[in-house]
Amino acid sequence: MALELSDINVQVGNEMHLSDVSATFDIGSFNVLLGPTASGKTTLMRIMAGLDVPTSGSIVINGSDLTGIPVRKRSVAFVYQQFINYPGMTVFDNIASPLKVAGVSRSDIAARVEKIASLMGLMPMLSRKPLELSGGQQQRVALARALVREAELVLLDEPLANLDYKLREELRAELPKLFKETGSIVVYATTEPEEALMLGGQTILLHEGRLLQVGTTPEVYRTPRTIQAAQTFSDPPLNTAWVKRSGFVSKIDDIDTTYESADVLADGTYQIGFRAHHLMLQKPHDNALKIKAVVVTTEITGSETFLHINASGLQWTALVHGVHHYSAGDSVSVYVDPRNFLTFDASGEACMIEAA
Amino acid sequence: MIKSIRITPMLYIIFLMLPLYWLLTMALKTNTEILSGFSLWPKEPTLANFKTILTDASWYSGYINSTIYVVLNTIISISVALPAAYAFSRYRFMGDKHLFFWLLSNRMAPPAVFVLPFFQLYSSIGLFDTHIAVALAHCLFNVPLAVWILEGFMSGVPKEIDETAQIDGYSFGSFFVRIFMPLIGSGIGVAAFFCFMFSWVELLIARTLTSVDAKPIAAVMTRTVSASGLDWGVLAAAGVLTIVPGAIVIWFVRNHIAKGFALGRV
Repeated sequence: MALELSDINVQVGNEMHLSDVSATFDIGSFNVLLGPTASGKTTLMRIMAGLDVPTSGSIVINGSDLTGIPVRKRSVAFVYQQFINYPGMTVFDNIASPLKVAGVSRSDIAARVEKIASLMGLMPMLSRKPLELSGGQQQRVALARALVREAELVLLDEPLANLDYKLREELRAELPKLFKETGSIVVYATTEPEEALMLGGQTILLHEGRLLQVGTTPEVYRTPRTIQAAQTFSDPPLNTAWVKRSGFVSKIDDIDTTYESADVLADGTYQIGFRAHHLMLQKPHDNALKIKAVVVTTEITGSETFLHINASGLQWTALVHGVHHYSAGDSVSVYVDPRNFLTFDASGEACMIEAA
Repeated sequence: MIKSIRITPMLYIIFLMLPLYWLLTMALKTNTEILSGFSLWPKEPTLANFKTILTDASWYSGYINSTIYVVLNTIISISVALPAAYAFSRYRFMGDKHLFFWLLSNRMAPPAVFVLPFFQLYSSIGLFDTHIAVALAHCLFNVPLAVWILEGFMSGVPKEIDETAQIDGYSFGSFFVRIFMPLIGSGIGVAAFFCFMFSWVELLIARTLTSVDAKPIAAVMTRTVSASGLDWGVLAAAGVLTIVPGAIVIWFVRNHIAKGFALGRV
């Protein structure tokens, strides 16, 4: 039993907003839709909700075709990035509204709303209006309305993006648990790779309206199928370089460095990519490559330092622990273990599956 | 310095209120006093002028007629403008912007332009001298205005609220009445106010389209010249009573009126 998207295309004018998106969402699963802004996340969610109709393609849930069914006949809940509630109704009526429309009995409504409200910490403000609440509380009301209905499909479109840091952390930890009990298919859209990793479940990578990769979150993170997938799922951005391979020896031309690898790969030109935290200031072991670079800027976040460096023309970022003070123009030696390299062929397809 | 800051607006307000004050004192004076020279306040205040109006059917029926077609017009204008404004604010369709502008351009033509066609049309279909004739004629000016005002207020409501209601399972009708209309309540109030005011003060069309049965108060007031000359006192009393409904309506929408003048786009 599952929700299936097959070959969803959305064309507006001459622009393809989504092209050939196919994916399967299991009942009770938590799915993260990850992609930069304008990658088609919202478009896809609106189509899944039934708010928009795809140019072609179909949506099938448990074997029945949903494509042409209007929204109000579907069992779906949607939470927006903006805090959307009915301003004229109290918090209680806001949460109760989908149940009222569905014709649930009065006593049932009260019981269900109270259960969800206490789960979301909204009990003290049930009789207040949404606009009298803080942003976090308003979004909790919207989430409560999505929860109370126990819809088959729950769509969360960057629901935590407009919240402050602490609240976001809190709700992010709670969300998968809250929805676990309802047995709904949850789809959570986000632009942040970090958020996807924390939420877990299945990750769907989107980029410019194309589906790059689908799989469990750690699998997609560790073994991206294309360099684009790796880039989409990296923050800070993926460090890349071109290498020339002959035999077991690869040479990074720009920085005049070679390294050996044990896998079998035809001679030729390849692209390598590795994540910022694999670039280190201390030599981890003898096999690590030493690279001389010049510091461009540093950003210190408190316990970590982002080091933007220029290694003979290659713009790389290192994420290192601790506070490190460097000025622009300082020379620095950085180290990277070639085993952390993701290797892609010239067209960007992953060549081998090996990364730690 | 502080004194002049206070005095200037005081003078301006006195200047503005003077005609109103003069109308009120005239209404409380006898004709003899009005014509006998300059007096700042009534020497022998009398309510006889008001009594004449409230007891004479030819006078008070004018108020009843005006009220009937004004209320009719307001109801028709708002109920037609609501769906139109919703369409303009929520959907893009071919020529929507031109149509929207064209609606407003109706307001740019002076009412006199439409007097002749309305008179001939309503006479030929038997609507002459009825309340509905005036109410419908005023729609030509009030519907565009109401659409403009309501569209502004509606565009201030996020589209996501409409969608959330759809997702929650509301039918369009119950969404519109139970969720959407309360959200633009002040807009509806302001639009109704503007319709009311226009229809209440409009004289030309109302007078041309009526003769006896639906004669508006403003028309009655212009026909009070009798053999013994003008009845100044009664006319002034009628003027006072004509201002009252507008003042009452303004009181109700006073907090929203600025937003209404900006067509909801504040």
